[in-house]
Amino acid sequence: MSMRVAVTVNGTEYARDVEPRLLLIHFLRDELGLTGSHWGCDTSNCGSCVVWLDQRPVKACTVLAAMADGRSVRTVEDLERDGRLDPVQQGFIECHGLQCGFCTPGMMMTARWLLDHNPDPAEAEIREVLSGQVCRCTGYENIVRSVRWAAEHPGDHRGDST
Amino acid sequence: MQVPSHVEYERATSVEHALMLLGRPDHRVLAGGHSLIPMMKLRLAQPGVLVDINGLAELAYIRLDGGHLRIGAMARHADLLDSAAAGGHFPIFRDAERVVADPIVRLWGTIGGSLCQADPSEDLSAVFAAVRATAVIRGQAGDREVPVREFHLGPYETVVGPGELLAEIRVPVPDHGGTGSAYEKVARRVGDWSVAAAGAVLRLDQGTVEQAGIGLTAVGAEHFVAAEAEDFLRGQPATEPNFTAAAIIAAEHCHPVADQRGPQDYKRHLVAELTARALRRAAGRAAERVTA
Repeated sequence: MSMRVAVTVNGTEYARDVEPRLLLIHFLRDELGLTGSHWGCDTSNCGSCVVWLDQRPVKACTVLAAMADGRSVRTVEDLERDGRLDPVQQGFIECHGLQCGFCTPGMMMTARWLLDHNPDPAEAEIREVLSGQVCRCTGYENIVRSVRWAAEHPGDHRGDST
Repeated sequence: MQVPSHVEYERATSVEHALMLLGRPDHRVLAGGHSLIPMMKLRLAQPGVLVDINGLAELAYIRLDGGHLRIGAMARHADLLDSAAAGGHFPIFRDAERVVADPIVRLWGTIGGSLCQADPSEDLSAVFAAVRATAVIRGQAGDREVPVREFHLGPYETVVGPGELLAEIRVPVPDHGGTGSAYEKVARRVGDWSVAAAGAVLRLDQGTVEQAGIGLTAVGAEHFVAAEAEDFLRGQPATEPNFTAAAIIAAEHCHPVADQRGPQDYKRHLVAELTARALRRAAGRAAERVTA
């Protein structure tokens, strides 16, 4: 039994016939080929699958694609615009915020959302908002520094989150 | 790869529509989904049809209304954490919501979903039991009200029947200043379920406990309540020795089980310690409110 699901992803509307049990992360990766969002623990613990659903971050392994029908999704592919990196992306480069890169898309989507709401977060606030996301390489220090770098170099990027 | 088994999907467009759909067998409410979908992946839940109520904005509110704080079932954990109306009257909500899962999960998980999931380790059941909240359950025939202390039938089981929907949680607002509340939790790591937790609400009058509410999480307390400890405190002076004695009573009367989070004696130790801490903080907050 399949159903028609229409989702606006990074500003483009996609419609696919999918099973209602299909998870949003697999819809993005397997149906739309947007493999920037990573499928990690599958238990909503690791946060590497974080995308925005209606302008708020969500763990896409714990949402059905059907639940996103008629809604908008933003993924890591949308952070760079017109060839210019989002300050969060630049911050991860400047401060070496990744090693293997697996957790990075989720970290960056949550960081973008944080900075949209709190442009000058303290280190403790960054750690708190990222506390549901796991990195096994960096020990988090460089991730926190990367987000701080983005806060200090805001540019004109805004994520339009709510 | 963990994927739910085959399921059908319906999206409710109104509460009435949801109630109509839920009247059919094998239909289950899908709220935030942050407990249900993981359980479906593990085949611990296998509903035939999901009824998605995420679009029901009419159930997503937190407001003061007369003598009550009214929390719509679709209010998210983040909404309760941020609510000045809720946190102002009941600091216990902020204490608890700060340690429910993680900030991203709290954006989606719902208050009603947490109560209806009825996980024995879920934090809000003990909180709402401590504040003596009432669950408003809607059915085709209208609303019925059930005290949260009678809401749970057991692990993962509540009084919400087929064709019914939890619509609101209603909390009586303290009618005078001398009320304080607090929640204390120990988890193995940030964002994890409780090993044990305790919530306390104290209404004090001239240093005497007029009313006490004590809720316990994850330790097999009947209806999440430490009733014997509440009875002990009522009418007693709000003193450290009495808090310690009540906390020991709470630890004696709960029924923790040994599991990967710890052995029984450790959990009982935590109940005594966390209950005492919660009572102490609740009393301190009650005193602050009187002098404020």
